[in-house]
Amino acid sequence: MNINERKKELVKEFSPILEKTSKTSKLWFGFLIAIILVGLYAFVTQFIKGHIVTGMRDNVVWGVYIINFIFFVGVSYSGAFISGILHFFKTPLKNAVSRIIEIITVLSIVIGPIFILLCIGRLDRLHYLFVYPRIQSPITWDIIAIITDLIGCFIYLYLTFIPDFAILRDSNNLDLPEWRKKLYKFLAMNYQDTPSQRERLHKITRTMSTMVIAMAIVAYTVLAWIFSLTLQPGWNSTIFAPYFIIAGLYSGVGVIIVAMFLIRKYFKLEKYIVKEHFTWAGLILLVIALFAYFTFSDYFAKWFSHKTNDSQLLNTLFTRYFWQFIFANYIGVIIPLVILFVKKFRTINNITIAGFVAFISLWLNRYLIVVPTLETPYLPIQDTRPEYIHYTATWVEWALSLTGIAAFFLFFLLLIKFIPIIPISGIIDDERKEELQTNTTNN
Amino acid sequence: MENNENKKGGTNRRKFLKLGLMSGVAAVAGASLASNLVIDDEKEKTSGEKMRLLTPDGKIVEVDADNINKYPEALVTPEESRKGIPNRKFVMVIDLAKCKNARKCVESCQRAHKLDPHEEFMKVQLIQNNEEGSPYWFPKPCFHCDEPPCVTVCPTGATFKRDDGIVLIDNNRCIGCKFCVTSCPYSARQFNWGHKDKFEDKSQPYSPETSVPAAEGTVMKCDFCPDLLRQGELPHCAKSCPMGVIYFGDKNEDIVTNGEETLRFSQLIKDRGGYRHLEHLGTKPNVYYLPPKNRQFPLERGFGDDEEINERYKDVPYVKELKKQGKI
Repeated sequence: MNINERKKELVKEFSPILEKTSKTSKLWFGFLIAIILVGLYAFVTQFIKGHIVTGMRDNVVWGVYIINFIFFVGVSYSGAFISGILHFFKTPLKNAVSRIIEIITVLSIVIGPIFILLCIGRLDRLHYLFVYPRIQSPITWDIIAIITDLIGCFIYLYLTFIPDFAILRDSNNLDLPEWRKKLYKFLAMNYQDTPSQRERLHKITRTMSTMVIAMAIVAYTVLAWIFSLTLQPGWNSTIFAPYFIIAGLYSGVGVIIVAMFLIRKYFKLEKYIVKEHFTWAGLILLVIALFAYFTFSDYFAKWFSHKTNDSQLLNTLFTRYFWQFIFANYIGVIIPLVILFVKKFRTINNITIAGFVAFISLWLNRYLIVVPTLETPYLPIQDTRPEYIHYTATWVEWALSLTGIAAFFLFFLLLIKFIPIIPISGIIDDERKEELQTNTTNN
Repeated sequence: MENNENKKGGTNRRKFLKLGLMSGVAAVAGASLASNLVIDDEKEKTSGEKMRLLTPDGKIVEVDADNINKYPEALVTPEESRKGIPNRKFVMVIDLAKCKNARKCVESCQRAHKLDPHEEFMKVQLIQNNEEGSPYWFPKPCFHCDEPPCVTVCPTGATFKRDDGIVLIDNNRCIGCKFCVTSCPYSARQFNWGHKDKFEDKSQPYSPETSVPAAEGTVMKCDFCPDLLRQGELPHCAKSCPMGVIYFGDKNEDIVTNGEETLRFSQLIKDRGGYRHLEHLGTKPNVYYLPPKNRQFPLERGFGDDEEINERYKDVPYVKELKKQGKI
């Protein structure tokens, strides 16, 4: 096998995405940018008029922003987890989805923290976090953990990009503007794919992949502590950190499944992303549905021991939030379980539905952790203003939430235009190994 | 002696913090922020203009004009307000047997702190501990806890605990993350959600001791009126209560007063079965309650002409019962 020939072939295969933007892509870009512009308008409104334009008030001081924050950080953490685990499996299956997962990991850890910034009343004083820091505050821990995670994820993503940057640098047949070629050359850091370089890069990447798991777990644990270290009846629970860790994985795998489905359809990658990917991801989802056991355990203990404030919370959950509660904690688990448990149901479309249901229900699950708790404080809310008694998100909050999702897609599409969605170097590595194997068996 | 120890602990902690910050910042944003910090800490304000002043003990000293506190008497700067009044440990005792929801405490507090109708540092709640239990009016200020969860979670030190027991907020430093609001189990804190014209009123310089003027996007709460305490007066709520419900005083001197009678704090708590609200949370409040025993007024006297205020209590079982019987 001539490796250089094969590289050229592969570059040619992926060149349409890299070289030009198709009409549908342009339409998508336009659509996403339109959403982001609406979000920017919402942000400016909030910045000028203050948080009065949101649905948050003195009792429910945190709303969908913080739920999105938990959600995105959770997706990032599970991306890191899955991609780290994939590195231990040396199957060709891994290569096809590893980049997708890594990009998801990085993008969601970039977008997630933006939502926590939206919760802050005085963005103009954000630097006070560094000017007057208090290490005792869990928020400070969170900032340190998330920034570390962010940097770690970036380094990791970059490391996985290097061999492909080198391939793109060496491809003369690509029709690209001069600046991009220069950029590839710069980013490839003189990587020549020599055996020793390759060996070293693999080693670093593998180390980073485990480090990233650790950092993500720390970041997500601290996030769970933001809630569980307070005295609030629904939050002050020892189970929260492990619960968040498992539940985050559930929603994250859901997002990954849906992303695989969309990318496979959109870029016509049926050859690379195969049914087995979905089956495996589905099985992970099936195992992680274990999080329902945590949910049950937490609520069951509250219900059985029925402390006054716990009962009040459960009462709110089972009256005002009845259907949300049923969907988040029953349907959201049962549908994926049924689809994934019965072999006959495990088609690509069905597994995608399971993934979709999983992450929607998990988002709702978080909503039910944050909002109803704040609506049932220790001292009863005695107020006549409806917006102070119950929380309803306003258009500003929804617009900014959608903007987060739109920005996620937009950055994804932009990155995909810059680097092949399936690691070319990975394909070659796999083929090289295969060849080696056949050679040894032939001998 | 105890004071000295406190101080020592404080500086040690600060040193430790700085260390943590240095390493954190170095990792995150490089040295620029750290140098900022040093400058901020050691900045010497000089205008070059000197002023001669007579000290209370008769000496003449020369000081820089910029170092002179331009605040009116009894109003201290945000920096000074962190220290607290020396050798004091403030404590409040609320006698639930005397409260009839006259709301004078709420109103005078609102006037003094320039609060709008729904902004109440002191809230009067109607509490019924159980279905059979007799409901009672429950004036609720900030409890100025000795283990304040709000202070622990604040990421910038905008809210702080002073040596005299008072928990204050410096709204010049608050970034509005609202973590303190979620961590307070007594819902004592309020957030300034939108802009209001009164925030622009600069006729009085801002002091955490007066909480005036409030600022958009920051948190505010009951401050125990340290500006009045410095002048030897009672907080507005205690002063204005026509029933003498609110006693205020100093735990070190073991004295509380409602303006009419002055009592031994420890004796009062002992004799009248004083307790702290939600003691089991371990926050160690500095506000004590005397149980509503031998009431001086029937509860219904608390329902006034203001329908909006009566409406607030509609979910209390007792009120529901009264409504059913057509008594309200």
